[in-house]
Order: sequence, then C-alpha cells, then structure tokens
Amino acid sequence: MGAAGALAFGAAALSTVAARAEDTIKVGILHSLSGTMAISETTLKDVMLMLIDQQNKKGGLLGKKLEPVVVDPASNWPLFAEKAKELIVKDKVAAVFGCWTSVSRKSVLPVFKEYDSILFYPVQYEGEESERNVFYTGAAPNQQAIPAVDYLMSADGGSVKRWVLEGTDYVYPRTTNKILEAYLKAKGVAPEDIMVNYTPFGFSDWQTEVTKIKAFGSAGKKTAVVSTINGDANVPFYKELGNQGIKATNIPVVAFSVGEEELAGLDTKPLVGHLAAWNYFESIDAPANKKFIDEWHAFTKKPKRTTNDPMEAAYIGFNMWVKAVEKAGTINQDKVIDAMIGVSVPNLTGGYATMMGNHHITKPVYIGEIQGNGQFNVVWQTPGTIVADAWSPYLPGSKDLFADWRKPLSCGNFNVKSGKCGS
Amino acid sequence: MDNSILLRTRRALAVLIALFGFILPSAAFADALDDAFSKLFANQFSQTEQAIVDITAASPPRGAEILDALGDGRLYIDPLNKRVIYLTPAGDAFDAKTGAKVDGVDGLKKVRVNNGVRNALEAAVGALSVGAADPQKRIHAAQDLFNNPNPKALAVVDAQLAKEKDESAKLALEQARAAIVASTPDASAADATRAIAALAQRGDEAAKNDINAIAVKYKDPAIAGAAKSAIAAIDRSLFAWGLAQNGWYGLSAASVLLLAAIGLAITFGVMGVINMAHGEMVMLGAYATYVVQMFVPASMADWSVVLALPVAFLVSGAAGVVLERTVIRYLYTRPLETLLATWGVSLILQQVVRTVFGASNRQVYSPPFLSGAFHVGGLEITQNRLWIILLSGAVFAMLLFVLRATSFGLQMRAVTQNRRMAAAMGISTTRVDMLAFALGSGVAGIAGVALSQIDNVSPNLGQGYIIDSFMVVVFGGVGNLWGAALGALTLGLANKILEPIIGAVQGQIVLLVFIILFIQKRPRGLFAQKGRAVEQ
Repeated sequence: MGAAGALAFGAAALSTVAARAEDTIKVGILHSLSGTMAISETTLKDVMLMLIDQQNKKGGLLGKKLEPVVVDPASNWPLFAEKAKELIVKDKVAAVFGCWTSVSRKSVLPVFKEYDSILFYPVQYEGEESERNVFYTGAAPNQQAIPAVDYLMSADGGSVKRWVLEGTDYVYPRTTNKILEAYLKAKGVAPEDIMVNYTPFGFSDWQTEVTKIKAFGSAGKKTAVVSTINGDANVPFYKELGNQGIKATNIPVVAFSVGEEELAGLDTKPLVGHLAAWNYFESIDAPANKKFIDEWHAFTKKPKRTTNDPMEAAYIGFNMWVKAVEKAGTINQDKVIDAMIGVSVPNLTGGYATMMGNHHITKPVYIGEIQGNGQFNVVWQTPGTIVADAWSPYLPGSKDLFADWRKPLSCGNFNVKSGKCGS
Repeated sequence: MDNSILLRTRRALAVLIALFGFILPSAAFADALDDAFSKLFANQFSQTEQAIVDITAASPPRGAEILDALGDGRLYIDPLNKRVIYLTPAGDAFDAKTGAKVDGVDGLKKVRVNNGVRNALEAAVGALSVGAADPQKRIHAAQDLFNNPNPKALAVVDAQLAKEKDESAKLALEQARAAIVASTPDASAADATRAIAALAQRGDEAAKNDINAIAVKYKDPAIAGAAKSAIAAIDRSLFAWGLAQNGWYGLSAASVLLLAAIGLAITFGVMGVINMAHGEMVMLGAYATYVVQMFVPASMADWSVVLALPVAFLVSGAAGVVLERTVIRYLYTRPLETLLATWGVSLILQQVVRTVFGASNRQVYSPPFLSGAFHVGGLEITQNRLWIILLSGAVFAMLLFVLRATSFGLQMRAVTQNRRMAAAMGISTTRVDMLAFALGSGVAGIAGVALSQIDNVSPNLGQGYIIDSFMVVVFGGVGNLWGAALGALTLGLANKILEPIIGAVQGQIVLLVFIILFIQKRPRGLFAQKGRAVEQ
C-alpha cells in the first residue's frame, strides 16, 4: 500500500469513528450492583440513570443523546480497574461516574491516568489526594468532620470536652481520626480526654465497645462519640446504644457515614437526638430539593425511596460535567478537564457548588439530628459554603502540600517548602 | 394525658412556685409568660432553653402541656399573629397563652429542639414531677434530676423526701439530692456527708464523679476521708462487676456463635460436606422473620418474632433440601468441588435476595420484651441478648434430644460413624443425608431469626458468620455437638476477654493465630472423633 492508500485508509477509519461518535455520547457508570457495597452503590447507579434520562429529555448534550453504559464491578476492588478500562477502551465513554470506597478509587486511578479519562467521585472521603483525572464532589474532612467537631465544642452542641473517636478499621476512619486527633489537640483537648478505637469490618457484637464508651463518658466531663463506623456495622451499633440506654442527651454520637439510607433498617425512636454531619439532608426545605425528590420518586416509581448526600454529590458532579462540556464545546478529555475548574452549578440545598482548582467543590455543612421517622432535622449549618482542603493542614506529611490544576502550577501535590511538584 | 395527672402536675407546679419564691401577681405573671414566649421567636436553641426556665418559673396554668408539646415537637410559633400555639397529640391546636382553641392557622413554624433543649426540658419536667402520685414517675423524675442536677430543685426534693413512703423512690430522691448537693457550691458539711453516703450506696461511675466534686470543695478531713473510702469501695465493686459483665458478654457472644454454628456441626459433622452456603441459610431465616412480620396483624406484632421461628426453620430447611438434592448429593465424594459449588450457591442466593427484597437493610421490629436492659446489681443485662442465650440453649438441648433419643438420631449417628456399615444394616443413607441437611439448614434459619434482632437484615448477613461458624466447628471437633458448644463458649469468652484489653481488631487476630496453632497440635479439634470412620 502506498502513502496515498494509507492516507485514504486512515481517513476512512477516522470517518467511521466520527460517524459512530456522532450518534451518542457515552457515559460510564461504575458502581457495584452486587456484593457488599451494592447496598449503597445501587442507588447511585439509579440516580445517574435518572440524570442522564432528564438531560436527554432536555435535548441531550452538544446536540447528541447521552447513552449510559452500566457495568457491575461487584464490590471487588481489582474488578473496578478492569471494568474502568473496559468502559474507557471498549465503550469509549466520555466520562465515568463511579466508585464508593476509597480502595476502589485507588484501584481505578492508574487506569484513568493511563488513558487520560475523567472520573467523578461522589462520596465523602479522607482527603489527602488531588488527581488531574478525578473530580471529587463528596466532602473532604474539613467539609464534614472538622465542622462537626466544632459544632460539638460550641455551646449549642453541648460544649463537649471528652471525645471517643470510634471507627471501622480501614483507611477513611484512620485518616479522618488522625486529622481529628491533631485538630482536637490543637484546640487544647488533653490526650487523656481522647479515646480512639477501631473495630473490624461488619462488626456486630458491640456490647463491650458500648460499655467502654459508657465508662469513658461518665468521667464527669461532657462526652461525645465521633463515629466513622462503616455501613453494615452501624445498625448493630445503634441497636446496642439504644438497648444499653445511651441517650443523645447524655452522650451524643455524631456519624459521618450514616445517612437516610442506613437508617432504613432501624427503629430510630431510641436514637432521637444522635447526630450526623453531611452536606445534604433529604429533609432540607429548598425548592431544588423538593423538585429532585419528586423526580426521584417518579423515576424509581417508589414514593418512599429516600435520597442522601452521595446522591446530591452525583447530581452536582453530573451537572458540572454537562456545563463543562458545553463550555468546552467538545467531549475531548483535556479540554473538559480544563473547562471544569470554575464551573458553578446549583446544589440541592438552595446554594451553589463551584469546582475549585484542587478538583474539589465548595459545600455547605449541615448537622442533622436523627428523628423518630428515620429522617434528619438540621440543627446547625455553616453560614456559607466551605472550600475543600485536598491536603489537611493538621497532618505532618500533608500540611506543606497544595493542589491547583490551573496553569501554570498544574500540580496536585505542590510542596510549598521545597517549591517542587510531587511532594 | 388524663385530667387527674394534669391536676397533679398543676399542683406540683403550684408547690414549685411557692418553694421557688416566684409568687407573682397575675399581671406580672402574664408579662413573665410573654417574656418567655418572646424568646421562642428568636429561633435559637439557647433562647429556647432560657424560655423553658422562664416558663417553669412563671408556671402558667398550661405549663406542663406546653413543655410536653415542646419535647414532642408539637409547639409552634405563629409569627404573623405573634403567638405561641401548641398541638395536642390528637392534632387540635391551642393558644399557649390563653388556652383558647385555634382553628385554621397558616404559616406556623415549629419550635426546634436539640440536645441542649432536651436536657433543659428533662431538668424542668424532673423538678415538676418529683411530687407525682405514681411512685414510678417520682423515681423517673429523681433520675432526671440526678442527671441534670439543678440547685434550685433542692427544696422540692426535700419537701418530697420528708413525706416519701415508697422505699425505692426514697432511694432515688436521696441520690438526686446528693447530685444536687454536689453541684451546689456552698452546701453545708452535713449535706455533704449525707450526699457521700447516698452516692457510695449508688456506687457507679457517675456517683464517683459526684463524690469527687464534693471532696474538692471541703477541707474537712472527715469529709475527705469519707469520700476517699467511698471511692475506694466503688472502685472495688466496679471492678468486680466489670469482670462479671465481661463474662456475661462472653456468654452472649458464645450463644450467637453456637446458634450460627450448630447447624453446620450437623451438616459438616455428619456428611463432611463443606457447605459455604450455610450463612445464606441464616440469612434466609432473617428474611423469613421480615416476611412473617409483614403478614402478621398489628395486634399480634409483638409475637411475630416467635411465629417466625417455625417459619424460618421450614424455609431454610426446605432450601437445604433443595440444595442437597440438586447440587450436593452429586458431589459427596468430591469435597473441593462441593466447596466451590456451595460457594457459588451462596452468591446466587445473596443476589436472588438482593433482587427480590432490594439491596438496603430491612427493618425487623423488636418487641418490647426484646428491647432495653435491666440491672442485676451492677450487671447490665440487655433483653435481646438474654433471650438469644436462652434460645441457643433450647436449640442445643433439642438437637441433643433428637440425636440421642430418636430413631432418626440413631440412624444419623450410625451414618456418621460408618456410612457403609449403616447402609448394610438397611439404613437409607441418602434419606438420612437429606434429612440431616434439612435439619442443619433449618437450625440455621432459627439462628437467622435471632440475628434479625441484633444485626442487619441484609443480603450480606450470612457472610459475617460463615467463617466464625467453621472456626467453632473445627475447633470443637467435627461431628460433635458438645464440641461445638464448648468451642463456641471458648471462642466467645476468649474474644470478650481479649477485646477490652487489646481491642477488637487485635483480639480477632490473636484468636485466629491461636486457632491455627491449636489445629496444628490437635487437627481433630477439642473432641476428636474416634472409630473406624475417622481412618477412612
């Protein structure tokens, strides 16, 4: 084949790619639909399908229809990487919305870097990360954990002086508790007034732990529990709290992983007054939220299905992506990644979320009390939105790091001391 | 609230006013109430707390209803007409100031409640109902006061103590008085001594703190000495009760382990089948409880858990029979393939349940006899755990009876000991296999009913128990019920002894290492099976 032939062939190949690309824009959904994480992630898959459906009814994006590609990584971390690769290479999706656990996100990171694709990550996490290919629409620790502790230290929150940091034994609780411990000590809390405790995944026999909390809490100082207990272990934990008669008026528990969905398996009457810190609650009275909940009920055909914080994060992430693609006028990854920064979309609680240079978004923080009907009632909120710290200023390794993906810095871990990118 | 209680509360309020010295002329009274209500309009928790104190002090005719409504989230402000409205539990609206019924009001805003407001309410209601006619109410009020001691309430408590006849109410009041004294900066030495004695009798951590609070205020060596010896005594008794409490937790953990594992002891023991789907039989039992609860009429709701026991047994037993007939019986001679096949079945069952019931947890109702706790001395016994221990004992006894005293049990033991010889004696081994599998799975279903009270009813329920169950069976000795019981007891107690010392995560690791070493030394577990079958 001569040069001309090769050119012609190349042009033909290009035109078929173009023809295929003209039909639809594919969007990858990478959430576990089976296995242990299905309990949380199935909801996010459904919400993505709803958002894509709504966008298509509005006429799609760049004049094309959006086409969801759903895969099931089955709560299996290596499978997340395989499925991510399949979405990017085989289905050629424009962006992927997915992951829940930090370990699944870490597992897919190399894939997104290698193929220079885009991941939207919708769950609150431990921070200490800022990647060019990932947009974090959930809360960083300073958008959830630190405001919650601030609230409990305030007069309104009960002027708490003694702290139990209770978590499941994996990366999110360990990092969050490290940050909180450093923060509390910086605020003048004595080391003997902090108890850190970890339990295994899926822990179900909480008798000893709850007794320990009770003993720690009866030292005469107002005590609170900061819980980073993961999904499945929460129901037995709260049941034991109720049975042993720990009331929120004595020892309040503030949780970072308990939302409307997790309360579904519980009788919440003995738990009234225990707290959760999120950036969204289903009960928040805002027109955008009401509209979203109504659409959600209509889409799932279940009039009682709850909404929760990661759903709002998915909603914000999807709308930001749509806006960035419209701004860039293309789905080309590099252009969309650059266009994302500075994009601002309404959140569901009556404010705006803006994508910052560190690929995290601005969020308001709410403290909600558990009610007898399984919902939360907001008792405190930040006056405005909070900008995320990708790197916590309270950890020795990370306080000198700084992330900004705008030119000319374009770096996720710039060390301000050494003046170099890459720690 | 019926009228007599209202009347009594009102009388208590009157007493309170008299004692607090807040006897106000009626005009001033209305002003004080207006003042208190105006604080509610601020929509700030600290203001609401102040309003509660003011309302208690002003003691309006409907004070108890207003505070009750506030606690239950039935108190509203009407910003348009500048008035406070409370709803009765039935939903009728009344003006809090005038007591007049109001109809058709719009734009009401609920007075918000948080933990600080709840504490203030507890203290206020505690002071109000110390004089209630029902001794239980008085005890409750005294406990509220103990938790939220308020120096102003001392007079009310003393007045009630002077005429108190009920012994346990007297005790509670005396303790409440001690807590109040501990929180008063200038109590007399006599009061302090009396308080220390009452607190020493109570003997818990909270009492210890109060004694400490008293001790630092007085230089008197007699008081300091009394405080010191009281604290030493409390420490000793707390330590002893702590040990007993841990023993109880160990027993409770063992009972859960035994329930989950005992079905496996039968299937694994009798047929040597490694059934990885055993946990899913437990899960099916938990879902059976949920389904039974949906169909039971509301009047019987408290008993749905009991009704679920036979249903769960049948559902899981039937699932066991299907599993045995369709999968396992073709694989009897191939243990590795059995392991893989049953593991596959476990995944299939999980996904089926997830598809039918959804991925989220299902709420199984806990009847009153399975919620809460009671005290035996310094021991706190949670009722659900108590019943699970009893159930586990009953299931164990029943299985022992089946194995020892029925002809089916005899056949089963014969097949366990020597399959071919049993067949030669005319025992249908396939039938025994099937029934044994049904029995083992059915018992797993019963375990599921128990677990629905303490764990998530989710498709993953069984996974959390399968490893522990195998551990119990292997540790105890395959094919032996007593072995399983002793294995469960050892592991449960060891777990609960290790947990407070080295933490739950490390405790689990230590236990697993111990089992590995133990199995090295005694591969056949605690109770090794003897006989020809073992040598095969």
